[in-house]
Amino acid sequence: MSDTQVQEKVTGHKRFERNVTLLGAAALVTVAIGGIVEIAPLFWIDNTIEPVEGMRPYTPLEQAGRDIYVREGCYACHSQMIRPFRDEVERYGHYSLAAESMYDHPFQWGSKRTGPDLARVGGRYSDGWHVQHLIDPQSVVPESVMPTYGFLADAPLEFEHIADNLVALSYVGVPYTQTDIEQARQDVIGQADPDTAPGDLVERYPGAQVRDFDGDPDRITEMDALVAYLQVLGTMVDVNSAAAQEVLAEESGR
Amino acid sequence: MESLTTRAVMWFVLLLLAVMAAALAHDAAFAAQMVIVAIAMGAFLWWTLYSAKVDTAGNWLRAPNDEGRYDDDPVRWGVIATMFWGIAGFTAGLFIALQLAFPALNFEPWLNFGRVRPLHTSAVIFAFGGNALIATSFYIVQRTCRARLAFPGLARFVFWGYQLFIVLAATGYLLGVSQGKEYAEPEWYVDWLLTIVWVAYLLVFVMTIIKRKEPHIYVANWFFLAFILTVAMLHVVNNLDVPVSLLGSRSYPLFGGVQGALVQWWYGHNAVGFFLTAGFLAMMYYFVPKQAERPVYSYRLSIIHFWSLIFLYIWAGPHHLHYTALPDWAQTLGMVFSVMLWMPSWGGMINGLMTLNGAWDKIRTDPIIRMMVWALAFYGMSTFEGPMLSIKAVNAMSHYTDWTIGHVHSGALGWNGMITFAALYYLAPRLWGRERLYSLRMVNWHFWLATLGIVFYASSMWVAGIMQGYMWREYGADGYLVNSFAETVSVMWPYYVARALGGLLFIAGAVIMVYNIWMTILGHMREEKPLTTAAHNPEADRPLVAQPAE
Repeated sequence: MSDTQVQEKVTGHKRFERNVTLLGAAALVTVAIGGIVEIAPLFWIDNTIEPVEGMRPYTPLEQAGRDIYVREGCYACHSQMIRPFRDEVERYGHYSLAAESMYDHPFQWGSKRTGPDLARVGGRYSDGWHVQHLIDPQSVVPESVMPTYGFLADAPLEFEHIADNLVALSYVGVPYTQTDIEQARQDVIGQADPDTAPGDLVERYPGAQVRDFDGDPDRITEMDALVAYLQVLGTMVDVNSAAAQEVLAEESGR
Repeated sequence: MESLTTRAVMWFVLLLLAVMAAALAHDAAFAAQMVIVAIAMGAFLWWTLYSAKVDTAGNWLRAPNDEGRYDDDPVRWGVIATMFWGIAGFTAGLFIALQLAFPALNFEPWLNFGRVRPLHTSAVIFAFGGNALIATSFYIVQRTCRARLAFPGLARFVFWGYQLFIVLAATGYLLGVSQGKEYAEPEWYVDWLLTIVWVAYLLVFVMTIIKRKEPHIYVANWFFLAFILTVAMLHVVNNLDVPVSLLGSRSYPLFGGVQGALVQWWYGHNAVGFFLTAGFLAMMYYFVPKQAERPVYSYRLSIIHFWSLIFLYIWAGPHHLHYTALPDWAQTLGMVFSVMLWMPSWGGMINGLMTLNGAWDKIRTDPIIRMMVWALAFYGMSTFEGPMLSIKAVNAMSHYTDWTIGHVHSGALGWNGMITFAALYYLAPRLWGRERLYSLRMVNWHFWLATLGIVFYASSMWVAGIMQGYMWREYGADGYLVNSFAETVSVMWPYYVARALGGLLFIAGAVIMVYNIWMTILGHMREEKPLTTAAHNPEADRPLVAQPAE
């Protein structure tokens, strides 16, 4: 811009077109508004932050299974969010509550059902069915297009540093106690190895299922962890209990 | 000399850190990723030393910038990278499409659907789309500002740093490194790398605008600026997380549950809104007028288009969460804003299409214009379909089905794909100083193959999705659900095959493009019956340089 140019008067929208700082600042403010209005209230609205009776953090073994679920990208085909429609409730069970995923970092609600919803798959099938289905899905569901996951049964679960995972989760708000963190490694063994006493695992994680999950009692594999996770899905909250129904009644519009 | 030493030491330190991280890694995938980082740092170090020219006094000699020419090297690399990642991403897409029809194509564990699917989405959105955006923005910002890129070294870092981001993300998915958030799967260290690259990108872009020789900032640059700023905001907020260990790949996101879901889809939908829309609209605002040799239809409309689009888009995220545990008011807000968004979207489409006023005959004679018009038509179609799908009553049926996949692809293949191809065809002869493309007839072939591919893809997914949605909720006279889930899977087969065929046709078109542009780069010209294209004057394609006073 040379000085010899005739200075025209810059008004109205032209001010933005001549000043990149102004344009950038105005654009940033414009795009920030929607997110702030929609997201911020979720951090203080009761039904999105209030725990429901029965909700507890995952045991270290279940959490390790959840990490495998995330690693394998299961959410690409399986949702974990039952909507309040008659067909979904009859097919998958009671519709999902906000509180049921409050300890899920990351949430795994999914966006696509190439396979069925898994929000309440826990307890629906036997461990043996899950293991067989993961090793060779078509052997139990011939129409299935699911990949095979046989390698999980051969992969020993890495849980040397599992306490670090619990520490990180407690930083993001999952209420693990100091005992939970100290006991984390022992808890994995206690839950999956039938020869080791689980200690006070079930007191600290009410309803935790203690058994060998993959049919191979001699070692703890990734299959143990994943099946333990699948078997706890949707089982923590008794949705028909009075407390849960009271919470549900406050959720409007669904 | 200091500058050279500083740079060499910086790359060397990073190389050492990467090697140490690889040696001490807590998991095998992290070790593999750090080896890749170490190789990249080694390459940067080698290049810093190799390209250094030092005089006898030990001063580092930099080649003087020719202020009379635009800095187009990163743009040329970007064109090639866009083609490379395009083919890679499309092929990954075809592969996973075939996996759904033929599950035996899953090779556990590395090539299972769940690991390749993020590879496909990231490769097409971030690698193909991202390279196209970076390359075209560097091209356009120089021309519309009549100035060379600010910080040429940083611009090169943006290009290569971005490629490293892509390679780390892609190899990570196959190795099982994922934070499990759609379109934001890369783990914490890859997110950090992208953040650094993105800040450098913003700096290069904004500083080039600041040193412009034109008084006015052209509308394409508004859209690029909004795209860069908003993506920075989305990326940082959605990827706030706590790494389990600085020596491991796993991290846990700060936001979980319902908050995590809304933050994720605020991010996810605006990755569409700003990465795949605002940035590509910037391409539209430059290349359509250039190729049509007509000014943009309406200056006022572009102002309204810009501000209303960026304001409304950000609200639309909750429409991905209809009837979930997200509070009802947030869902309704998302729906209302999504429907309103229809207007600015079509405003932009109209502004692009009407630019052809007085030049409509070029659709018949100029295959590049035809591609641009078709891109805008698909943009219009998918920005109508989107608001429709965001209506709760429609979404109740369409959500979780393949209709969504069809919708995404009519936008991605039709709008993003076609406008990018048109831009590459526009750029190739100009960047490599060729008289014209190797073959305009081949552009025509590409156009028809891509169009046919999209038709197969979208229509098969529409049918599949609507069928799924209704089969899931079908009740018999006895009051029971009619279909088991497995039955609804088995009827998908012909549609999955038809979709894969559509993808194959689309790739065939893209392969023709790669051949065509490659031959153009090599300087060949196919002998063929001529078609028209926009004229180009290389002499006028230069920055304005201050003239000494008379």
